[in-house]
Amino acid sequence: MKVKTILLGAAVASGLFAASVSAQTIGFSQVGSEGDWRPAFSADMQSTAEEMGIELKFANAQGRQEDQLRAVRAFIAQQVDAIIIAPVVVTGWDQVLQEAKDAGIPVFLADRDVEVDDPSLFVTRISADFNLEGRLAAAWLAAESRGGCNIVELQGTVGSAPAIERNSGFMAVIDQFPAMEIVATQSGEFTTEGGKRVMEAFIKSTDNLDGICAVFAHNDNMQLGAIQAMKEAGLNPGQDVLMISVDYVPAIITAIEAGEANASVELRSAIGQFIYPVVLEYLANPTELEKWIVIPSDLHTAH
Amino acid sequence: MSDISQNNTSMGWFSAIIRHRSTWPIVALCVILIVDGFISPNFYEIRIVQGRLFGNLIDIMYRAVPTALVAIGMALVIGTKGIDLSVGSIIAICGAVISWRIHAGDTHFVILLYALGAGVMCGVWNGILVAGMGIQPIIATLILMVSGRGVGLLINSLYGGTNPSFESPLLQGLSTGHIWLIPTRLFVAAAVFLGIWLLIRRTALGLFIEAVGGNASSANIAGVNARFITFLAYVICGLCAGWAGVIMTADIHTSDPISVAMYIELDAILAVVIGGASLAGGRIYLGMTIIGALIIQALTTSILISGLRPEYNLVVKAVVVLFVLLLQSANARQAIATIFSRLKR
Repeated sequence: MKVKTILLGAAVASGLFAASVSAQTIGFSQVGSEGDWRPAFSADMQSTAEEMGIELKFANAQGRQEDQLRAVRAFIAQQVDAIIIAPVVVTGWDQVLQEAKDAGIPVFLADRDVEVDDPSLFVTRISADFNLEGRLAAAWLAAESRGGCNIVELQGTVGSAPAIERNSGFMAVIDQFPAMEIVATQSGEFTTEGGKRVMEAFIKSTDNLDGICAVFAHNDNMQLGAIQAMKEAGLNPGQDVLMISVDYVPAIITAIEAGEANASVELRSAIGQFIYPVVLEYLANPTELEKWIVIPSDLHTAH
Repeated sequence: MSDISQNNTSMGWFSAIIRHRSTWPIVALCVILIVDGFISPNFYEIRIVQGRLFGNLIDIMYRAVPTALVAIGMALVIGTKGIDLSVGSIIAICGAVISWRIHAGDTHFVILLYALGAGVMCGVWNGILVAGMGIQPIIATLILMVSGRGVGLLINSLYGGTNPSFESPLLQGLSTGHIWLIPTRLFVAAAVFLGIWLLIRRTALGLFIEAVGGNASSANIAGVNARFITFLAYVICGLCAGWAGVIMTADIHTSDPISVAMYIELDAILAVVIGGASLAGGRIYLGMTIIGALIIQALTTSILISGLRPEYNLVVKAVVVLFVLLLQSANARQAIATIFSRLKR
């Protein structure tokens, strides 16, 4: 009995030892550190790697693709087990990804997409779905307004992927409801200042938001600006008008608690917990994966 | 502001008006406002809401204040044949300073001085690079333009910076408050305008700046300290940007160094140029610069209320600005007149 226990203990210990020796080394090339979201994403990738016993080589490209290409080539030279890239731009990846493939190193994409001729150059893309965020916001609004609502929309930067996708996801759902309609839409460039400026103009052009039941903002910053503009015009955001936006930043949490905003779809920055298991699973058992693995979105409301 | 009524009897009052530099920008502003009346029937309506005047016309003046403040400073710098690309970054830095000191618990009046001081310091930096070291203005101010928003982020990180929003009765009073029925920021802008107008037109400073911008070496020979005058222009521009920073930061209740006042330097330069100044320096038209800022904001507001898809915004703005600049150009007016007279024949 005693011998057995000792043996078992030794087996467990050697198992642990083996695990720590064969700890996976992953290279992560991050696009940069703009905004609030991306630094939080970087920090989470590093701390989650530590928790999961992954040796992470982190490289920040500061928004330059050539730095990112250099980082990926360095990872290849160091013979890491896998590479994760959060790309700066969608094009220009074919050659370096081919080099990684020739070296037998699987590449995963986080966040943004790439355009390559040969889709086998990367294993999969793991990211949130902006379109889903738009659909989720619209679905909440449809339920809350019982399918009848005149909406004003504060769009993100014109032509940016989140602005296009959040808008098309939102439209896809409200098109199911004949009494739901976007009556005014403008770009607030994802900034508080932009949201406030646009909302001030909307308040005048719609006669103090007469007949408007909701404001949909593509991010929280613009929504916070809109809330200020409405309060300065003597309106009650969150009570007279439903306020829904995307991101779930600390300031919108305060606004939701104060009853000035109603809901926010979370754009998770703690996504290491979704990315690493996919990578580790693939390293243990390389099988063909879907080209896009969606990180689920979450909706937060006051109650 | 302008002396349209003053006419030269030998030329005839009509051609005097047409030739006057103030005429076309004012015409452009009126045309934009008239078109707005067609776009939105209740465009000119002004009501009293929450104890202050409320309406599109008020909005245009209200929203034009930051651009106008920056443009006043920019007019002086452009007068010296310089340019200041860093004004947006200066605003970002002022915002970060305000948020940082509020979180540190300073008195709000002292914070106002800190913020304006930060603007002046930035101006001093630009002035040293341009006047002291003789670096070309576009490059010298590019340095702060590129690095300033990063400096703002670093200042924000001094107190964690995850939630830099704040409340300040004094600063928000200056920015979004009102005295009687009139928004306070209009008084701020008027005070800054008046202060700088007195400084350059009731002292010799304006003349010196124009002399330096016209020809720095001649000005030097004539006894004007060209380097000091240039330095001073950048410092004043920094102070103006500091005021804009206070107004904008208090307006949005938060410090947002990455995106606050993005491209305001371009709007400010545009306002100065629409106001009739030349990037070649030697001329300062403060009053017309304000008209320029109002034109830009009137345009922005009209696009917002027009219901045009956001994709068209920038194109429409570019086309109208081009049109205004063509109106101002004597060459373009002459070319159009020639085409018309040929068509008549």
